[in-house]
Formats: sequence, C-alpha cells, structure tokens
Amino acid sequence: MRLPLSAIVGLVLTGAFLFIGLFAQFIAPYPIDSAVGGVWEGPSAQYWLGTDTIGRDIVSRLIYGAQVTIFVALASSILAFSLGSFLGFFAAVRGGWIDQTLSRVVDLVMAIPSLIVALVMLSVLPLNLTVLILVMGVLDSTRVFRLSRAVAMDITVMDYVEAAKLRGEKQGWIIFREILPNALSPLVAEFGLRFIFAVLFISTLSFLGLGIQPPLTDWGGMVKENKDGLIYGKAAALMPAMAIAALAISVNLVADWILSRTSSLKGGRGG
Amino acid sequence: MADPLLSFKNLKIEATAYPPGEAPRHVVLVDGVSVSVEKGRVLGLIGESGAGKSTIGLSAMAFGRGGVRLTGGQIVLNGRDIRAAGQGDLRDLRGKEVTYVAQSAAASFNPAKKLMEQVIETSVAHGVMTKSEAEARAVSLFRQLSLPNPETIGNRYPHQVSGGQLQRVMTAMALCPKPDLVIFDEPTTALDVTTQIDVLAAIKRAIHETGVAALYITHDLAVVAQVADDILVLRHGKMVEYGTTDHIINTPKEAYTQALVSVRSIDHDEKPHAAPVLSVQNVTARYKGTNFDVLKNVTVDVAPGQTLAIVGESGSGKSTLARAITGLLPPAQGRISFAGRSLSTDLAGRTKDDLRELQMIYQMADVAMNPRQTVGTIIGRPLEFYFGLKGAEKEKRIQELLDQIEMGKGFADRYPAELSGGQKQRVCIARALAAKPKLIICDEVTSALDPLVADGILKLLLDLQARENVAYLFITHDLATVRAIADKIAVMFKGQVVRYGQKSDVLTPPFDDYTDLLLSSVPEMELGWLEKVIQTRKMESAGN
Repeated sequence: MRLPLSAIVGLVLTGAFLFIGLFAQFIAPYPIDSAVGGVWEGPSAQYWLGTDTIGRDIVSRLIYGAQVTIFVALASSILAFSLGSFLGFFAAVRGGWIDQTLSRVVDLVMAIPSLIVALVMLSVLPLNLTVLILVMGVLDSTRVFRLSRAVAMDITVMDYVEAAKLRGEKQGWIIFREILPNALSPLVAEFGLRFIFAVLFISTLSFLGLGIQPPLTDWGGMVKENKDGLIYGKAAALMPAMAIAALAISVNLVADWILSRTSSLKGGRGG
Repeated sequence: MADPLLSFKNLKIEATAYPPGEAPRHVVLVDGVSVSVEKGRVLGLIGESGAGKSTIGLSAMAFGRGGVRLTGGQIVLNGRDIRAAGQGDLRDLRGKEVTYVAQSAAASFNPAKKLMEQVIETSVAHGVMTKSEAEARAVSLFRQLSLPNPETIGNRYPHQVSGGQLQRVMTAMALCPKPDLVIFDEPTTALDVTTQIDVLAAIKRAIHETGVAALYITHDLAVVAQVADDILVLRHGKMVEYGTTDHIINTPKEAYTQALVSVRSIDHDEKPHAAPVLSVQNVTARYKGTNFDVLKNVTVDVAPGQTLAIVGESGSGKSTLARAITGLLPPAQGRISFAGRSLSTDLAGRTKDDLRELQMIYQMADVAMNPRQTVGTIIGRPLEFYFGLKGAEKEKRIQELLDQIEMGKGFADRYPAELSGGQKQRVCIARALAAKPKLIICDEVTSALDPLVADGILKLLLDLQARENVAYLFITHDLATVRAIADKIAVMFKGQVVRYGQKSDVLTPPFDDYTDLLLSSVPEMELGWLEKVIQTRKMESAGN
C-alpha cells in the first residue's frame, strides 16, 4: 500500500517533534534558563530565532519546551485512554446500573466546561507536573469513555462475544481479547486527536499561569512570557505559537490517515 | 420464431474489487453469457451466490452496481443495443420498459411515503399514464395480486403491511407502468416459507394475466421451477446449462445441475426413542420489560446422539428457546435438566462442565468468529479454557479438529475473512466440538449458505454425530433440512409446541392445520406443485 503524501508529511514532522523532545538536552545549543543575549534580539546566526524577554535563546527554549509539552500531553492522553477505554468497555459489557452510573457521572463532568473545572482544581491542588497530568487525564477520559463505550456497544452484540460469554470467559478476557482488538483502530485515531487537544489544553493552562511552572517551560508559557513584545513589534511570541500549530497539524495528518485506513477496513474507502 | 424481447449476446461484465489491506483486484463477474427472453415468457436465472445472477439481471437495464462495468457483448432490448444507449435513453427505458423487484421490500420502500404514491411514481414520472389512470391500474393490480382491501391498501405506509404483502405491493409497482420486462431478484427469499408460497402464486398469476416477460432470479431451483418457462443455470459467471424448465428439472445433463436438482435428498433413518440428555419442562419465558410470553409452556427432550429439530416460522420462538436453554434468557417458569442434573436457569450459576457440554453454533458464521483471531486461536481457546491444553499438545488437537471438519493443513494461521462461507461454518463446528460437548445447539446453521454448501455441512454434522455421539438441537425454518437430519421434531407456532414426536410420527398424517400448512409450503422439485398445493391446503398463511 502506498502512503498518501499528507501521511508522509505528518509522520515525518511528528517523528521530528518526538525526536527533538526526547533528545532536547543534546540538541539545544544553550541551557534552558541562562540569559545569553540582549532582550528581544532579532534572528541572527548566533540565535536562530532571536532571544526572549530576558535574553534567553528562543530555539533552545522551544526545544526544551517541546520536551515538556509533548511529555505532559502524552502522559495525560495515555492516562485518559487507559481510564476512559477501560471504563467504557466495562460499561458496555456489564450494562444495567453500572453503565447508567458511569454514563451519568461522565455526563455530569462533561456538562461543565473542562477549562473551568481544571482552573478550579489547579487553584486548590499543589502545582506540579503529576497533578497537572492527573487533572488533564481524568477530564479527558470522559470523552474517551463515550467513544469506547459506543464502539464496544457495537461489538458486544456480535455473536462471537456471546459465544465467549457462553464459554464462560471472564470479563477481562471479553474486554481485552474479544473487544479491544476490534476497537483498536478507531481508538488509535482518536488518540491522535485527543493528544492534540491535550497540547492545546496544557498550552492554555500555561498561558493562564496555571500550567508548567518556571524554571521549566512549555510553549504556552513561552507565548505568555513574550506576548508583551508583540506591542513593540517583536515576533518572539509567534515562534512557540507556530510550534503549537505545526505539532497539531502534523499529528492530525497522521490521525486522518489512520482513520481513513480504518474506514477502508469496514468497506468504506478503498486503498 | 419471433424476435426475442431481450437477448444477451456474449455478455461480459467486470468489476474492481477492493479487498481490505490488499491492492485492488480486477475480477470478471460474468463471461460469455448468451441467452434470450421472448415476449410473455419467464426466464429463471439460478446459481449460488457469486454466480452473477443479479449482475446479469441488472444488466438488462444496462445498469451495474458500484464499480461494475459492462465490458463486452451486446444487450439487445426491443431491437436496439442498450449497452450503447446514452444516459437519456436509459432513463426512459428504466422504470418504463424494464422494471425491477428487489429482494428486500422492507429496505426498498420509502418509509415516509404512502404505498400508492410509490407504486404509481414511475408510471406518472415517465408519462405512461395520468395519476388517476395509474391509481386505477394499481388497484386492479393489488386485486390481481390478492392483496387484502385493494381499494384502500395504497393509503397505508410500508410499516403497516406485512413482509409478504409488501413484496406483492412492490410487484404491483413494477407492473404498473406496463413494462415489457420485469426483473424479479430473489423476491421470496427473505420471506417465511408459508408466506413465500402465497407471494409466489400471486406473482405467477400476475405475470400470466399481464402477459409480461420476466427474468426470475433465485438460488432455489424448486422455486424457479414453479414460475419459469426456461431456466439458465449459472456458476462463477458462466453458463452451465440452459433449457426448458421441464428439461432442467427432469433430465438435467450437466453434473452441476444434477447436483442442484438432487440437493435435498440426504437419507437419514431416525433413531429409536431413548432417555434424554436434555430435558426442557414447561418452560415459559419473556423478555425483560415486556409482559408477553415468547415461550409458552414448552416441553421437549433430546436423547444422547440424536437430533431434535425445532421447526417454525420467524417469530415462533425457536431462537428464544435456544436462549432459554443456554441461560442467556432465564425462563420465568419451568425446569431444564441436562445430563442428569438440573441446570441453573441463569448463565452465571452454571458450572464449567455445564457450559462445556452445551455448545452453540450460529447462523451467521461471519459474526460468530472474532475477525482479529486466527482459526487456530478460535479453535484453540476452548481447548485451553476447558482442558488446559498448551503448546504442542494443543497444536496437535487443533489439527485433529481441522481434519475432522475436512479442512487440511495451513488453515490454523488464517483469519476468518480469508475463508469461504462454508469453511467459516466448519470452523464454528470445530470450535463447538473442541469442548467435547454432549449437546450442540445449531441455530439455523445452514440458512445463510448456498444449497450445495449447506448439504456438505449437514453431511458433516451427521458424520460427527455418528462418531462423537453428540446430540443436536437443530433450529430451522427449512423442512427439507429437518427431513434430512432429525430424529425427533417439534413444530413451534407463536411460542408454543403444536406438534412434537418422532420424525416419522410428526411427518405422517393426519396433521393439525398449522403443520399441514408448513409441510405443504416447502417447494418441491416438481412442475405444477404450486397449483396443487394452493388448491389442497387447509389453512392460509399468517401473512394474508
């Protein structure tokens, strides 16, 4: 099967972001927190994208920021998916009051805008990476719950699941061996999308000052630090903003490609 | 001889297939078919699935379903080659000169419009007649097709009439614009056997009274023998045999045709009465949240190594009985005892041995197997689960089971999607056998299969019964299958067992009215059978 161009672009860019995040310490030309130049210097051979509000190299901070942004988004997405899909499958398999209770709790959480919930929780809880990941993961898991419950509902009515029940299989086997393999494709595609939302969410939180705390940095925080420069015509704030957009687009391209493959499996689009 | 109305000359039809995960593939659906239909005659197209019957039928309107291309030969209708016709000509032709009756009337009608509106739509749109003329013609067609209340039935919506009636309304729709040719694409296949006979008789009468020519597509030779003047037997898109109905039924030449004609003639002598392995006593069951008993006071027995056939139409409670026995639907009243012990009504209360000794095979083998598991995993799981087999021992047993279902080496690594319909059902049988059961519930296991393939499955099941001494509870609507394999028969009607006993007793007159209707409705490979039955039967089907 030939890869479409958009998928290749997406895969290459996503891979590059992951690589940069993983090896930030070795790639970044300057340390994360030392002021090496003047305030808001323009791009030059020495500082490729210029310097920031207190004279730190923007390229280096973008690279370290990638590490934090991707790590937090990835960790919270993985948490959201583990929690959400397990509970979603469980609700679909058990049905009855278990399904009702879980679904109504999820409805309740989803009824309140997640940014507001997150702001309230983060103002009360201590601000560190673990708490941030937990809060984001739990809030996002409600959306994963809905999707995986719907997908599993389609699968639980299949005769092969009934055959497994009649065989006497335990709930774990039915969820992990009968349902999960058949639900994987839509969930993987959804993972890409939820990961992007996590990137945007952590950026939003940091921009509001409740996300990543100094000396660490992420892209949303960098936009916040440099936003005042925009008034003086300094482009420093645009660099992390563009990085956020580029990451979102490249992951989206990959997710799109996976989704189109999924629908071709179901007899939709060919090739 | 007069010029034929429609003739195919060396027809070739091709398509591109998109198998999942593979490169697109070029397939030839129909190759070298030449046949013609004269005015007022009925040509039966017969063959198993994939034989190209429907594809040829639709090509009579120069139409191909998505991706299907008419690539060679001529299709001459009323003296002109319609393969070369432009879009405008085709639009005039479809629905005016040639009309179509689909298999599933329920899926073909617009649920939001009244029947009359839909029946006269094409006649009015093509300017064949005015609205009032078309309505008058529709009413007379309704009467011809023996629909109840022909004057007012057109005011109903599709969901307000039964499946058999809807199929007749669709026939009226096809006949309304006074076409030269009607294509019937399996019009009775989705109907119950007792309804099928009425629809068949109505269609036959309407064809003769209107003098229209028809292509009648079906997989059931006994059905087509009642309606068609000539029959074309197809296989893999090629012509096998062509001749008059009398010739095809009574003196077929080709081996394949002979096999089709003799398909329902497995001989099976019933075994004598014996102490039961499964005994269902006075079981009454209803679905949650309803107050209607789907099963009423059902009592049946199955002896070890014997077959009890449960026969009835859809909605008679056959499959519900299976759900009650397996514990998926705990009965409200009654007792089920199995292998000398009383079974818990609830699935959760059953022991591993209860579950192991009571296996089930489903109608749709496609959805009875996890598409992400290999055949080896599917058959191996019960071995692992019930007997704790592992490694080489398990592999050996899997191969033994594959040999038993007459599938050779190399199948263990395949996925269900890589198997044919018959092979899938065989794997399901192997999965049930792997548990060394005392009883297997077979729920319409051959209904979705082509006749010859179904025959193979029935022979295999009988074979395995003789070797493994396993009992079957065989649910089916097909009496020919029952004759072939049952030792005992229970006839179900509206949730009750209306006739029950040894096969020879149940199938020997005098019959109660329902059993008579059911038995007489099974099409026989005999010319003139339809007329004979319509005259002699005691009770009309529920669809009327």
